[in-house]
Amino acid sequence: MPDIFIPDATPELTGRALFPHRHLLSIADLKPWEIRFLLDEAEHWAQANKGQARKHDGRLAGMTQINAFFENSTRTLLSFEIAGKRLGADVVNMAAATSSVKKGETLIDTAMTLNAMAADVIVIRHASSGAVRLIADKVDCPVLNAGDGWHQHPTQALLDALTIRRRKGSFAGLVVAICGDVLHSRVARSNMLCLAALGAQVRAVAPPTLLPPEVEMLGATPFTRMDEGLDGADVVMMLRLQNERMDGAFIPSPREYHALYGLTPERLALAKPDALVMHPGPMNRGVEISSSVADHPERSAITEQVAMGVAVRMACLDVLTRSARGVEGWA
Amino acid sequence: MTIPTNKESGLGMSKIAIINGRLADPTGDAPLPGTVLIEGDRIVAAGDVAVPDDAQSVDAGGLVVAPGLIDLGVFATDKPAFHFGGITRAALMPDQRAPLDEVGLIRQATRAGKPDFWVHPIAAATRGLLGQEMAEMGLMQMAGAKAVGTGRQWIADSGVMLRVLSYASGLGLTVIAHAEDSGLTAKAVATSGETATRLGLPHAPACAEALAIARDIMLVRETGAAIHFRLVTTKAGFDLIRAAKAEGLKVTCGISPAYLFLNDQAATDFRTFARLSPPLRDERDRQASLAAVADGTVDVITSSHDPRGPEDKRLPFADASPGMAGAETLLALSLNLVRDGHVSMGRLMTLLSANPARILGVDAGSFAAGSAADLIFVDPDAPWIVDRAKMAASADNTPFDRVPVQGRARRVMKGGMFL
Repeated sequence: MPDIFIPDATPELTGRALFPHRHLLSIADLKPWEIRFLLDEAEHWAQANKGQARKHDGRLAGMTQINAFFENSTRTLLSFEIAGKRLGADVVNMAAATSSVKKGETLIDTAMTLNAMAADVIVIRHASSGAVRLIADKVDCPVLNAGDGWHQHPTQALLDALTIRRRKGSFAGLVVAICGDVLHSRVARSNMLCLAALGAQVRAVAPPTLLPPEVEMLGATPFTRMDEGLDGADVVMMLRLQNERMDGAFIPSPREYHALYGLTPERLALAKPDALVMHPGPMNRGVEISSSVADHPERSAITEQVAMGVAVRMACLDVLTRSARGVEGWA
Repeated sequence: MTIPTNKESGLGMSKIAIINGRLADPTGDAPLPGTVLIEGDRIVAAGDVAVPDDAQSVDAGGLVVAPGLIDLGVFATDKPAFHFGGITRAALMPDQRAPLDEVGLIRQATRAGKPDFWVHPIAAATRGLLGQEMAEMGLMQMAGAKAVGTGRQWIADSGVMLRVLSYASGLGLTVIAHAEDSGLTAKAVATSGETATRLGLPHAPACAEALAIARDIMLVRETGAAIHFRLVTTKAGFDLIRAAKAEGLKVTCGISPAYLFLNDQAATDFRTFARLSPPLRDERDRQASLAAVADGTVDVITSSHDPRGPEDKRLPFADASPGMAGAETLLALSLNLVRDGHVSMGRLMTLLSANPARILGVDAGSFAAGSAADLIFVDPDAPWIVDRAKMAASADNTPFDRVPVQGRARRVMKGGMFL
């Protein structure tokens, strides 16, 4: 594993210096203290969201948030929509996956169109790696990557980190096993970079056919046997196995995958007794995870992840629009 | 320094003597002062020769005089870029909108550049480049095809490839092959490694190349055919070719400057101008490629010129078309190899002119008597900066934007006439 320089203390920063980025496209762009800053901001929203009282904040009132999803999504889209609405933004969803928008120059044209509509923040999901950066280069407002191909899904990594921090307190020395289809997973790529930057010991656990080459360079130690990868883990993060990968191309069958790599109660026993179970959803119950594990009242943090998703996205929308809103120190 | 135009110098008359040049003869090493005698569109003599009384003299002003470049493997006929780059002939890849798999298309392609530029079409070895049924290679040869090729694809069916090699060898045509096992590469757009993993791009291991080369070499051994691997880019690939040459098989290979001066990290930030086919390799393979040029394993340097506009390139990396506009930078980048001591100037002209001519079976690319009077006048040290905004090519997709280079073709002569 490469030596990653992790400063012990956060530099003394204020205002825009805390997060000097126009967009949020990849965890790879962020310094460890910038990640921690976003987590601290999100913690504030996590507290605010918890009460039964009105959750409306209103700081983004009058701003337009466009959720341009070129790939189908239910929970991420909903999460971004709720986050925007709680902050008072006018949220518009563009479900491009079902409209006539196709790839190609149209992607740039769509970006130009969105830009011409004077959006104040654009949230984009696209099936191709790099597509969100391509659009971000063409628009004047902040862009939030809600997932691009196999590349990055930064808000997912942040919400996972927040969930872990709330449960475990800190990241130092924490063993996190990211298990499943690492090769095709933007969630895994973002999480490996994010958790390694925060000081966790990250493991990538997958069948050899689903493990990307040189995964060590992203800060993770590779494991091809589930039992070894789970041994002594503090956090077990399962990844969704796409249906189209189960047909013999990458693994022989869902049945065999479950037998070798599924998170069963027996297998979970190899991890630490208080190990946390996570999944970005939607789950394939009985394939990568057993229902009894997924629904375990103390161990499973899966519904908590969803709640943290809203908080993290509120924090990101807030921070990225501070400059445009003229917040003191952020101009 | 000025070189007179055709009119001023009265060119077009029968005899011309190019004097005061330094001749970059493919059979030599460093450029030597000498004279080139031309009659009509052919070279009569070159070197330390007397200027006949009835010859018109053209003063080369101390520039390097070299055979015009013969670019073995371009994807478009892009005359302004070829003129800028000192390329006087190019072998056109069969991968056109309508694949070059029939006589009419071949005939049309040969006419596309004339009179000032010659296109030598590479006929599709199989109909539609689909790798299934043999195309009419013989008829296409009669129509002007100078080689047959698999295009940018691999012929996956070994039986088809065996018959293609066998049939082409009967016609005396070299098979220009693409060396990537398509089962391994599938939808890959990058070489397996750190960059592909970081960017989340579909990737294939670099051994896809050696795997393809190994099979084709065995089929060459079986058939005695001549094969030219248009682009070889990996250490394992060069090792196989080195061994095949030592065995005496008719195996040659080429490379493009991009693989000599860039590695897979050039795709960082999803730079689609660095999306090539085959994809850029890791640093170890890049170093092995330079070594293969230096030790003589590489026979040809080609631009792989493939101008692509924003509709093909301003896309997510995996959706973008592969290819780069390389014609303008071919000479200048290749001259780096001379400056860095990898090859002599003469050897470079062998790679850029003489060997491509030999593989295509055309009388050009040398100073030998009877060779076509296609010449370039090169200022080998002239500094310039590659600039997308100023390119002559029909598109600006160069991965070398803003790179300082040295060497320019100041004048181009085609068939005894200045362009």
